[in-house]
Amino acid sequence: MNKRVMGFAALSAAAALMLTACGGDSGSSGGGSGNGAGFDKGSTEIVNPSDAKGGTLRFAISANMESTDPGNTYYGYVWNFSRYYARTLLTYAAAPGEAGTELVPDLAADMPEVSDDGTEWTVKLKEGLKYEDGTEIVAEHIKYAIARSNFGDQALPNGPKYFQQLLDEDDYDGPYGGGDPLEGFDAIETPDDYTLVFHLKEPFSDFLYVLAQPQTAPVPPEADKGEQYQTRVVSSGPYKFEDDYTPGNGLVLVRNEEWDPDSDPIRTALPDRITVEEGVDQNEIDQRLVNGELDVDLAGTGLGPAMKGKLVADEEARANIDNPTTGAHFYVNINTKVEPLDNLACRQAIQYAVGREGIQRAYGGELGGEIATQVLPPDIPGADPSYDPYDAASGKPNVEKAKEKLEECGHPDGFAVNIGVRSDRPAEVDAVEAIQQDLAQVGIEAKVKGYPSDTYTNTQAGSPDFVAENKLGLTYYGWMADWPSGYGFMSSILDGDAIKQAGNSNIAELDDPEINKLFDEVVSVEDPEEQAAIYAEIDRLTMENAAILTGVFQKSVIYRPDNLTNVFFNPSWHMYDYMTLGTTETE
Amino acid sequence: MLRYILRRLGASVILLLVVTLMTFVIFYVVPRLAGRTTEQLATMYVGRAPTEAAIQATIKRLNLDQPLIIQFWEFIKGIVLGADYTFGNDVVHCAAPCFGYSFQTYQEVFPAILERLPITFSLGLGAAVLWLVGGVAVGVISAVKKGSIFDRISMGLALGAVSLPIFFTGQLALAFLVHDWGLFPNARYTPFTEDPIAWASGLLLPWLTLAFLHAAQYARQTRAGMLETMGEDYIRTARAKGLKESRVILKHGLRPTLTPILTIFGLDIGLVLGGAVLTEQVYSLNGIGRFAVTAIVQSDLPVILGVTLFGAFFIVLCNLAVDLLYPLVDPRVRTAR
Repeated sequence: MNKRVMGFAALSAAAALMLTACGGDSGSSGGGSGNGAGFDKGSTEIVNPSDAKGGTLRFAISANMESTDPGNTYYGYVWNFSRYYARTLLTYAAAPGEAGTELVPDLAADMPEVSDDGTEWTVKLKEGLKYEDGTEIVAEHIKYAIARSNFGDQALPNGPKYFQQLLDEDDYDGPYGGGDPLEGFDAIETPDDYTLVFHLKEPFSDFLYVLAQPQTAPVPPEADKGEQYQTRVVSSGPYKFEDDYTPGNGLVLVRNEEWDPDSDPIRTALPDRITVEEGVDQNEIDQRLVNGELDVDLAGTGLGPAMKGKLVADEEARANIDNPTTGAHFYVNINTKVEPLDNLACRQAIQYAVGREGIQRAYGGELGGEIATQVLPPDIPGADPSYDPYDAASGKPNVEKAKEKLEECGHPDGFAVNIGVRSDRPAEVDAVEAIQQDLAQVGIEAKVKGYPSDTYTNTQAGSPDFVAENKLGLTYYGWMADWPSGYGFMSSILDGDAIKQAGNSNIAELDDPEINKLFDEVVSVEDPEEQAAIYAEIDRLTMENAAILTGVFQKSVIYRPDNLTNVFFNPSWHMYDYMTLGTTETE
Repeated sequence: MLRYILRRLGASVILLLVVTLMTFVIFYVVPRLAGRTTEQLATMYVGRAPTEAAIQATIKRLNLDQPLIIQFWEFIKGIVLGADYTFGNDVVHCAAPCFGYSFQTYQEVFPAILERLPITFSLGLGAAVLWLVGGVAVGVISAVKKGSIFDRISMGLALGAVSLPIFFTGQLALAFLVHDWGLFPNARYTPFTEDPIAWASGLLLPWLTLAFLHAAQYARQTRAGMLETMGEDYIRTARAKGLKESRVILKHGLRPTLTPILTIFGLDIGLVLGGAVLTEQVYSLNGIGRFAVTAIVQSDLPVILGVTLFGAFFIVLCNLAVDLLYPLVDPRVRTAR
């Protein structure tokens, strides 16, 4: 699962937040338990609204940050966090619930305009915006930022490469060849300092989401040091680096006086300082959150197993717990090329034979995930949670139906199949063992093949040759969208044209002409309802093809300390929206 | 004596070369034997969403398309002479000893290790003093007061301590001593030069945890050694000469016992300085051990390789130091040569 979700914001929602903020309380202090707003409150509403400025907001993470450079990251938490010091063309509205998936202009003055043929997008910038050193932010710096993160053999390696795939640009080698860094980069025009015109190869209606990615944060070319730029990112947001950043040593942000709050639709900039501690053990992070010695677990994935077990059993502590979906679907690819699964009825037999309860149990029951009956997670337009062709919602295997299908596919006594899994992920291994037991009930003998997770998506499950050689008929996998749309979630895993020789995510090798055609068509459709209908159709066709054995939509268990203000879960980031957070610890 | 030192030094250099060769083989040769292609190897050294062009550039940069002998040569050359890396339009020289460049954190490995060295050193040396002094003292008293309540309790405790792993004692100490009872502050590293008191108080609990494990072993070892020596004829002679009992114990009894203690101490201190992995992990101290753990989780091969070599260096160095100290502690070594 190497894709991450993005987020966005709506002016109106931010205004609403400001309004509610006026009635804020500032009474509670410290963490601890007892004052919590209520179980899962932060998933749907703003908890602890407040406009009190000051204090230090304390983040910690168990690893190192992937990178502080907004142009060199694929982790949702960095996309969310980097907005403290890096403003993007668009971003997601700072609001809970569905309103949080709406896109709003950030550096852009308005929402972009698109040409009639859908290939030319024009973005106007707000004028007079400044970096931390007082110099002006101009269109060319955004073009430069996109160049360095997407083009040439020295393109920053971590981030996605959507601009490279979508822009009508063939021969530009990136900015690092010496000479004029933007020479030959014609797919983005900057007719003046405040206008960007993007030329796409083909229409792509989700392009707005791409414009919300952190790669559109401006980078002054003279400050760029490639991957080392993360040492000191030049701020365009409300905070700037206090000192140079060294990976492992953490990060301190202080106020950037050049930031203009009136130009900003989403950032409340309440704390005076923001600190990030890196390399803190997960148990230690959890303990400090509960003790009020820490405000946010930066990674946003929730409590570790030890503290989770302790707190969910404690009625009082539950009032400080949120339990939102993470946007990830954990499922099994049923490969359409490996025998005998190239036969539809054999694939359907697997759908009926596996009870989803076992998979859910592997994730810790209902708090850990809800049973998926189709591919699209419920918060993405086009999802129809009532569609359940294999009666997955019951959680139980349907042995009778499975045997029928086995008969139909010519293997009445079952067959042997290999199932691949990331052996260093305990929940996935548990899920696979549950699946194995269910399959055995109908005579399907599944042999578990474990692989390390760091090579799984590139080298084993993600390599069609490897899958064929090793007869990996089934592969356990997880997926998150890069942005909250059907295209963002499904194109890489279900489009036949997305199958590739390494790092392949369409592991089922589903190559259905009808589905492929729908993906080709949907990118030209602008009406959201029409889009949603097409995504629902793609999902239905996939389930009819029985290429994906749905598992669970994962949920996280997040501790919400009492001293945090303006806390809510933004479904676009699948974590708390960091841009509005404040602290009651204002001394 | 000089010849002895030179011989030990020579052996140490050869040992380090062998370790270098072995780590190289593990990281560059074994994956190929296991069927990884050049492209797959290269993807280990580029970020999370590399383009084909970036993979090809990495193959060139790391010489992955060259014969193994050339790759090894370049690897050694980097360590001895340094290497150049390109970032954007900047070329950065990685000075010798260049252990390579981390493609996860975008840092040169050697400076990153050096930066964490003070943390690991503070932890390791502080704990070493505690466990050496504490362990030996308890061992001596136990031996002298053999069979007493003190002896029984301390040896019982020692047996327990040796069997309890740090991730257990450390977590217990954190849960109770820090979080529940608040007797100790959160473990935290402050440079000694900045604030010696904060340095000591932030490291006290990690020191105690690490020392607890090791001291137990030293106490048992010292006790056993002392019991044996105290029964020797020359001890009886010393007492018969009318020497004070404290002098008999410390000068005549303890000194020969120290030789084996010194041997394990050399190994232990080398291991700890190469990274007290579990202690640093439990107390979230960003020393070399934790650096290694993070690197392993992220498959950051250059860092794993660098830390391995660095750890090996300390073990070799400390063993060398012990070898050179033997003659001072034990006159028999001097005369044997």
